[in-house]
Amino acid sequence: MFDDVRDLYNQTILTRGRAPKHMHRLATFDATAKGDNPMCGDRVEVWLKYAEGGAIAETGYLARGCEISVVSADLMVEAVQGQTPADTKALFAAFRTLVQTGECPDCTEALAPLQPLSAVHKYASRVKCATLPWLALLAALDGAHPSKPASSE
Amino acid sequence: MIDLARIRADFPILNETVRGKKLVFLDSAASAQKPRPVIEAMVHAMEHQYANIHRGLHWMSERTTDAYEAARDAAATLLNARDRHEIIFTRNSTEAMNLMAHSYGRGVLKPGQAVVISAMEHHSNIIPWQMARDAHGIELRIAPITDAGELDLPAFEALLADGKVGLVAITHMSNVLGTYTPAERITQLAHAHGAKVMFDGSQAIVHRRIDVQAIDADFYCFTGHKLYGPTGIGVLWGRRELLDAMPPFMGGGDMISSVSYERSTWAEVPHKFEAGTPAIIEGIGLKAAIDYVQAIGYDAIAAHEAALTDHALARLSAIEGITVVGRAQDRGGVVSFTLDRAHAHDIATLLDRQGIAVRAGHHCAEPLMRRLGLDSTARASFGIYTTPDEIDALADTLTKIREFFA
Repeated sequence: MFDDVRDLYNQTILTRGRAPKHMHRLATFDATAKGDNPMCGDRVEVWLKYAEGGAIAETGYLARGCEISVVSADLMVEAVQGQTPADTKALFAAFRTLVQTGECPDCTEALAPLQPLSAVHKYASRVKCATLPWLALLAALDGAHPSKPASSE
Repeated sequence: MIDLARIRADFPILNETVRGKKLVFLDSAASAQKPRPVIEAMVHAMEHQYANIHRGLHWMSERTTDAYEAARDAAATLLNARDRHEIIFTRNSTEAMNLMAHSYGRGVLKPGQAVVISAMEHHSNIIPWQMARDAHGIELRIAPITDAGELDLPAFEALLADGKVGLVAITHMSNVLGTYTPAERITQLAHAHGAKVMFDGSQAIVHRRIDVQAIDADFYCFTGHKLYGPTGIGVLWGRRELLDAMPPFMGGGDMISSVSYERSTWAEVPHKFEAGTPAIIEGIGLKAAIDYVQAIGYDAIAAHEAALTDHALARLSAIEGITVVGRAQDRGGVVSFTLDRAHAHDIATLLDRQGIAVRAGHHCAEPLMRRLGLDSTARASFGIYTTPDEIDALADTLTKIREFFA
C-alpha cells in the first residue's frame, strides 16, 4: 500500500527511527540549545562538546517528534562529527538545499550520511521536520541561550 | 435519517481525487467543506446584487444590506436569540473572543476580578485572556479536566467559590477530545456565584442544536467556516443588556453615532461592535450555510454524527497500538488518537498518500496536550457528509500503517 512513500520512509529512516543511535544527553558539554516547531509541537534539544581547536568532538540530542525529525537529528550527529563550526554551517546550507529541492550542487563527502533524507523535498510539509535539529545545533554553535528555543523555519 | 448520497452531491469538492485516490476528508473540525448553495449564494451576490451596505442610498446598497442583515436574522434564529441585535458579526471565533477579552475583560471586569477558562481550550480562548490579564490585572484561573477528558465540575465550582470570578469563558465542545461541556450546569454554577458565561461554540454548533436561552448563556460565539460556510465571518451573541454596557472593540466607520474631534458617540448594538465594511459576501454565504444546516435539521445531523462517532470509536479502539485520547460520555464528532509505533505526523503523511485527510499536531491546544502528557495526536473529525465507509478506510489504513512501522 505504501510503495509510493518508500522514498521518504526508506530502510535507513525506518531502522533509525525505531532505534536511534545517538539520542542521549551529554553529561558534560560546552554548548546546548533547544529547537521547537510551534506549528506541530516537535521539540529537540542538542548538546555539543568541542575538541581542542574548536571542531565538534561529540553531539547528543533528545527529540520528541516525528520519524523525520528524529532521524534527521540522529544522522546529523554523525555528519557533524569532527567538523568545525564553519564547516557545520556550510554543511547545513547544503543539506537545506537538498531537502528543499532534492538537488545538491555543493555536495561534498560530508553530506553522504544525510542522503537518506533526500526525498524530503517531495513532501513540502515535512521539510521543517528535517531542518529543526539543525537549527538547534546552529543555535548551540552560536551560543544561544538555552531558554530561547530556535524556531523552525 | 439523512440522505447521505444527496448531501454528498451538494459538496462539489467531495468528487475530487487526491494523489489519484478518492478524497476522504476527515478534517472538518479544522474547516468544513462548502455545499453548493453556499457557493452559489456568494457568487450570485457578486454577480447580481452587490454594493457596500448600511450607507448607500441606492437600490444595490439597499438590497445588499437586506441580504446581509438576513444573515443576522438567520444567526439569531439558529441560536434562539431573543433579539436580532444581539448578533454581532466578527471575522471568526478568534475575533469574537478577542472582542470579549478586550471589551468585557478590560472594559467591564475590574482589576482583581477573575476569568475562568478550562484546561481544554483552543489557544484562541487562552491568549486573549492572558493579554487582558497582563494589561488589566485580572486573574486567569484554569478549571481542570478529569482523565476521561471531562470538565472537573467540583474543581470548577471551587474556583468560583470566592466570588471574584466575573466571567467563565469556556469551550462548549473540545476540538481535541470531542467532549461537550455541560453548558446548563456551568451557567447554573457560574450564575450562582455571580459570574457570566461565554461559550466557544466553534465545534459544538456544527453537531448539535444550540439554544442560548435554554442553556442560559450570556455570550456564545462560533465561526462560519466550520459550519459549512465561508471563512472570514463569525458570530458573537451576547445578552443585549450586557452588550449595551460594553465599550466598543474597534473604532471606525459604521460603529459611530456621531463623530467630532473632541468626542464621538457609539452606535447601538450590534453596529457598535462592527467597525468598517464587514464581510458582506461572507455574511450572505453564512446565511446560506445556516439555511442549509437548518433544512437538514439538527436532529438528523446529531443522529448521523453520533452513529459515525460510535463507529469510529469501535473501529479505532479495536486496532492494536491505537489509543483514543479522551473518553467523555457526552461527545461530538471528533476523535483524537495516538499510535504506538508512529508519530502523528508520520501517520498523517501516510494517510494523505491514500487520499485521507486528518489533522496531526497539538491542534492549537498546547496546554491540553501537556495535561494529557502528549506532544501531538492525530485527529479524525466528521461532518454531515462523512460516511461509515470513510471511517473504515481510515481504520484499515491505520492497521497497515502500524504494520509499515513494524
